[in-house]
Amino acid sequence: MAEIAEGGGGGHDKGKKRAKKSSTRVDMTPMVDLAFLLLTFFVLTSTFSKPKVMSLVYPAKPDPAQEIEPQKINNAITFLLSEDKIFYYSGQYYPVNAPGPKGATVLEETDFSAKGIRKLLADRNSFVLQGKEGLDKKLKGKQIQDSSYLRMLIDFKKDPESLKVLIKTDDKATCKNFIDLIDELKIAEIGVIAPVDILASELDLINQKIK
Amino acid sequence: MPKIKMPKSSPSIDMTPMVDLAFLLVTFFMLAASFRSSEPVEVDVPSSISDKIIPENVLLVTIDKGGRVFFNLSDPEARRELLLNMAVKYKVGFSEEQVNKFTYMSSFGCTMQELPGYVNMTGDERKSLNTAGIPYDSTNNQLKDWIYYGNIAALNSGKTAFEEAKSKGNVPDPNDFKPKFTLKVDNKAVYVHAQNVINVFRDLELNNLNFITSMEMAPL
Repeated sequence: MAEIAEGGGGGHDKGKKRAKKSSTRVDMTPMVDLAFLLLTFFVLTSTFSKPKVMSLVYPAKPDPAQEIEPQKINNAITFLLSEDKIFYYSGQYYPVNAPGPKGATVLEETDFSAKGIRKLLADRNSFVLQGKEGLDKKLKGKQIQDSSYLRMLIDFKKDPESLKVLIKTDDKATCKNFIDLIDELKIAEIGVIAPVDILASELDLINQKIK
Repeated sequence: MPKIKMPKSSPSIDMTPMVDLAFLLVTFFMLAASFRSSEPVEVDVPSSISDKIIPENVLLVTIDKGGRVFFNLSDPEARRELLLNMAVKYKVGFSEEQVNKFTYMSSFGCTMQELPGYVNMTGDERKSLNTAGIPYDSTNNQLKDWIYYGNIAALNSGKTAFEEAKSKGNVPDPNDFKPKFTLKVDNKAVYVHAQNVINVFRDLELNNLNFITSMEMAPL
């Protein structure tokens, strides 16, 4: 590439004095240096993967003028985050001074591993996950279309049978844990996710657990 | 012992293929690169399985690990309108040059009163500046105004972009031109800080929020 083809086309100037022949090889080292310098610069400064986003719809703020009756949720689980620990209880919350039919609520601890929270959610939300599996098969077999697949999946998520999740955080919880939890909920195809404010008595329960 | 004579060969190697390769890679990176914009803070974002790419038109609020809040709006047209509205509201004067500079700035985290000085700084000065972030407590909720006016400005410029796309004969989705509200939170930030910022959004009835995350593999 760097050599210039010589000879050829030299037939007619026999009598003329020839220019002094010098090496046609060019030293390419500086060029290579420069090329690699630029290469390193671009490799280091460029970002390839655009950041991804995870969307989360928060419940609208309740109108303070309107008193809303607390809704009775039959299939819910509440996660409580504190520092790097995660606790949960199922169903409604019963404080110690007003125990429900099964007594006061007791917190259970889990963790962010595949065997912890992921298994727990997969078991509790098996209704939606199984429904999704059936839909996946139908989609693969081209029995249903993309749009109806999405619609039916949303119907499954909205079904009263599906698991609803409430998230409460204390003032030591980190954003990482919060996002990790949301992520696990998305893996488990949870349709209703509601981050809500924590009650004082629940804080006491966490503090007792941590001790 | 007789000396072993090595066959004499030229010590210079033909570097042409290497140069070819190097320049090929340089060209590739030059064309494929999108440059990292210099942000005033480094934020280490959590990871998630989400594969939704960050939308074009975003209103971004960054929360660093100390809980300081930074604001950014991606659309330069909307930024100009936003700054002019904010300048009127807080009675802070900006020169034409400062407005232009602001239009192409990245995130900023300072009070409205500090902003003219902040705009005049260079990138390195901004990084080393010790700010307290944008205030968002109930007595001095500047973040709320930034979000409120930012949303209006982004909606306006989105509307013009929508009309433009429509006049070209496309059938655009109006939702693509609306600003998306994104939060960039640090891994180590305490969630209460994020919650406070989220409550500012919710006060403005903006409930659909996005968290910026890095990608991780979904479990099988």
